[in-house]
Amino acid sequence: MTGAPFVILKDVAKRWNGQLGVEEISLDIEEGTFVALLGPSGCGKSTSLRLLAGLEIPDEGQILIDGRDVTTSAASDRNLSMVFQSYALFPHLSVAENVVFGLKVRRVPRAERAEKMARALEITGLQGYESRKPGELSGGQRQRVALARAIVAGQRLCLMDEPLSNLDAKLRNSVRKDIKKLQRDLGITVVYVTHDQTEAMSMADKVVLMKDGRIQQVGTPDDLYNRPVNTFVAEFVGAPPMALIDSSTVDGFEPGFTLGVRAEHVSIVPDGKGRLSCTVSEAEFLGSETLIGLNHAGTTGLSVLQPGLSLMPEGAHVDVTFDDHNLHKFNQEGERLAGT
Amino acid sequence: MSKQVNLERRRQAIYGWLLLSPAALLLSLFAFYPSVATFWSSLFSKNTRRKPSEFIGSENYADLFADPTFWLVVKNNLFYAAITIPVSIAIALAMALWANSKIPVRGFVRTAYFTPTVLPMIAAANLWLFFYTPGLGVLDQIGALFGLPSVNWLGQPETALWAVIIVTIWKEAGFFMIFYLAALQTIPEDLKEAADIEGASRWTYLRRIVLPLLMPTTLFIMVNAMINSVKLIDHLFILTKGGPSDASKLILYYIWEMAFAFFDAPHAAAMTILVLAVLCIVAAIQFFYLDRRTHYQ
Ligand SMILES: Nc1ncnc2c1ncn2[C@@H]1O[C@H](COP(=O)(O)OP(=O)(O)OP(=O)(O)O)[C@@H](O)[C@H]1O
Ligand SMILES: [Mg+2]
Repeated sequence: MTGAPFVILKDVAKRWNGQLGVEEISLDIEEGTFVALLGPSGCGKSTSLRLLAGLEIPDEGQILIDGRDVTTSAASDRNLSMVFQSYALFPHLSVAENVVFGLKVRRVPRAERAEKMARALEITGLQGYESRKPGELSGGQRQRVALARAIVAGQRLCLMDEPLSNLDAKLRNSVRKDIKKLQRDLGITVVYVTHDQTEAMSMADKVVLMKDGRIQQVGTPDDLYNRPVNTFVAEFVGAPPMALIDSSTVDGFEPGFTLGVRAEHVSIVPDGKGRLSCTVSEAEFLGSETLIGLNHAGTTGLSVLQPGLSLMPEGAHVDVTFDDHNLHKFNQEGERLAGT
Repeated sequence: MSKQVNLERRRQAIYGWLLLSPAALLLSLFAFYPSVATFWSSLFSKNTRRKPSEFIGSENYADLFADPTFWLVVKNNLFYAAITIPVSIAIALAMALWANSKIPVRGFVRTAYFTPTVLPMIAAANLWLFFYTPGLGVLDQIGALFGLPSVNWLGQPETALWAVIIVTIWKEAGFFMIFYLAALQTIPEDLKEAADIEGASRWTYLRRIVLPLLMPTTLFIMVNAMINSVKLIDHLFILTKGGPSDASKLILYYIWEMAFAFFDAPHAAAMTILVLAVLCIVAAIQFFYLDRRTHYQ
């Protein structure tokens, strides 16, 4: 490694008719890592990716790929590949023609083309489908064709915009593993857009959480889960998300803070021995555990996990407690203070 | 069980025939019957006061094949088709590509291109008559600015057919553009982006992606342009009347002349049948051959 990050975005901004697009996007991406752009719908994930791809040109800032300033370069000059959310397969070309389209355009000799295609189809498990048209494939197969097209060129940077959003849950799980394995085996750098935090947390080396066109936090999944920099991150990451509690409602804390605690650190205790006395608002059986949602004035999203099937009637009273060292503290603006 | 299936099948068949019948009825009345009647009358001689009409078999056809004017008209029409079809399609495609791109005055451009289509052919011909008129016409006026001599575009055999061809292209291209424009709008934007990322130039994208996806439209337009190259003769009445010395005479105009100026219905009928036959063959080739190589979405 040369030391300098492979991809650098410096204070990149893109606005649509003066309105918010993305703002102050600064990001370093090391070579060979898997970076996930995560955030709610409309937060600017796709826009950031398209800026990186060269499909949009930023209004401000600078983009460097492999040490080269590509801020205003055309997409074709950036030596990257992309998997589109809609797959963007060419409907009149067969699977094989779709996959080698880029190689043909770049005038790769026929023999080399055939060899690379065979390998890409093998990796994606598409052998035997070479002569089919995209319209004759299932959603998952199309997705793999898009993937094959992206990896066949052997570009070191691959961008993916919610490539799994059209698949069913089971297929999504298996393709997710495939993509991750592919990225490791080929040693490529992947920037992956998703609004699904499970996807981001399970695949990424580094997660970039965005909101309203701005980056909220950049860090490992562990950072985001255990050290959220603000209440937005705390409430976005994790299932269930972190509960936020007004500090004045808990004994032993001065008012003016927000406390955060995760469901797994909350436990039910006999009546009168808890730090908060709540009512049950809902109970949701998840399989191995039951998630019990709790109501208490001054708290949002408070819940507790119970092993196995242990439903509780709505409106029942429970006392809960938690340890101080599991609490996250945020100031009134929602920014993290000290913590675990 | 099988009774029900039979009943269902019969119901489907009746349903199918009911849907077909209005079109079948109208076509029979206004297309099939006249064609057959025309064919029938082409087998008889001309009815004159001295000689009543009689069955003469293929003699009318033989007459036509021996008629040098007929061959000149066929040649004119082939040339007319060979120029107007590809050129109007190419111009329509170019205009559609331009009108579909992100240009500021897109709405205006589209309307401007489409205007010739809404004009009746007769009006268009009168407009062009004004352009072509020697001395007064716009073309001559412009030529005069550069010191060029006055040209009688419609009045000399070398330029008359070209003058007619240009009017046809001007009239047709905007119409075909609308079809291309509609087809272009069904091509998703992300195909362009995917091609960009794969390193394709605009030209490669056009050639490898856009043109193949436009193939069904092109096929449709081609059949239409071909039919127009036989059918569209209104402007001849205004511009040249087929002259000078038959230089711009097209086959349908000749048929009209034969039937209503020379009152020779049997020869006109024979020529009509020949045109019909050729059109059918060409349309069949276009549909059966090109259709198989065309991708439909
Ligand atoms: N072409 C455009 N013209 C105008 N505004 C746009 C355009 N593209 C995106 N935007 C705006 O920019 C913001 C960010 O959009 P973006 O597509 O990046 O969201 P996203 O995070 O990818 O959302 P999703 O998860 O729904 O795909 C949105 O508010 C959107 O309305
Ligand atoms: Mg998006």
